[in-house]
Amino acid sequence: MATLPQLDYTAEADRICEQLRHIVFDVLNRRGMVVAMSGGIDSSCCAALAVRALGKDRVFGLLLPERDSSSSSSQLGTMLAEHLGVPYTLQNIAPTLDAIGCYSSQDEALQRSLPGFGTGWKFKLAISDAMGGRVSITKVVAEDPQGNRHEKRLPAPDYLQIVAATNFKQRIRKNLEYYHADRLNYACTGTPNRLEYDQGFFVKNGDGSADVKPIAHLYKTQVYAMARHLGLPEAVTSTTPTTDTFSLAQGQDEFYFKLPYPQMDLALWHLNENRPASELAAELGCDEAAAAAVYENIRAKRRTTAYLHLPPQLAVPVPGFH
Amino acid sequence: MSRDIKQAVRSYVEQNFLVGSETVIGDADSLLQLQIVDSTGFLELVNFIESNFGVKVGDDEMVPENLETIDNIDEFVRRKLAA
Repeated sequence: MATLPQLDYTAEADRICEQLRHIVFDVLNRRGMVVAMSGGIDSSCCAALAVRALGKDRVFGLLLPERDSSSSSSQLGTMLAEHLGVPYTLQNIAPTLDAIGCYSSQDEALQRSLPGFGTGWKFKLAISDAMGGRVSITKVVAEDPQGNRHEKRLPAPDYLQIVAATNFKQRIRKNLEYYHADRLNYACTGTPNRLEYDQGFFVKNGDGSADVKPIAHLYKTQVYAMARHLGLPEAVTSTTPTTDTFSLAQGQDEFYFKLPYPQMDLALWHLNENRPASELAAELGCDEAAAAAVYENIRAKRRTTAYLHLPPQLAVPVPGFH
Repeated sequence: MSRDIKQAVRSYVEQNFLVGSETVIGDADSLLQLQIVDSTGFLELVNFIESNFGVKVGDDEMVPENLETIDNIDEFVRRKLAA
């Protein structure tokens, strides 16, 4: 399959690191960076770039697993922190999420669609096409303690409640990141790649909140390449992107993106370069109508998530601020 | 009957997706093409159809011919109620 144009990763890493030094020290007036490390490729790459830019003594790592995190997340995060030689701490946020009602709110909404849902069940959300591919509808896929699968379309209020409840996870994490950032006088790092940033795949005031975002301009395949260039451990550079948010394992392309990330990268790149749908179709090996539908889906997500990027809107502008 | 269904759908769409807008939707206007409903909005619209008219919308029935326009929804609901 076709790939994106090659980047000079040595030059790109240098460029990002120079910018990080300038942003952290000169623009933000902070002394280092806090990076929450999930063990995934994006946060790992950001942590490695932060260490390269500022030095390992100016980067603080956070491992913030919760009840539904995969056990490999903390292992990978710990391995990465050790590999980079940065100080770090692990804090399980499950008790906080429990106290704030994250799990009970999520379970209550699930029980309306799946009356038996409870202890011992696992679930994830998955999107599927409706209206000839022009609309994505969300289904809950659950597994009961006997291992039987249940799949059901979620009514809108239940879907919204589950998303609102799980968003606590990203927001509580960000609270802790800022606690350590405040304590150390560091900047807080946001770790989206270009697909996530462009398509609004983040939680406002959760993982979307940050003082600096080192890799928001890099497509996902470029993040993998950068991580390999930076010499990150094979266990990190060979991970498959997951949301690590639900109790059943879930690929990002099941939940949010319509295609696996290499194809999504290509589609977004072609759209950004104003290439016609026929050219994308040739790259993806699909017909032109399908490629045009992918373009439209990308545009639709931009429209519906535009507000996530907006800062608070002032009713009346205040001179000197924006 | 038909007028009631169309009116009910139109007021639901106006009150939920066109708040503060002066957009006037025609019976044959595409709710998707005019970007009146997005994916979540579409799920909400299906919920409304199910609860308001007492019909069940199957996954295989979520096709443009049934739900793209107010006319489509009207015909679809009447067909379901008659079945």
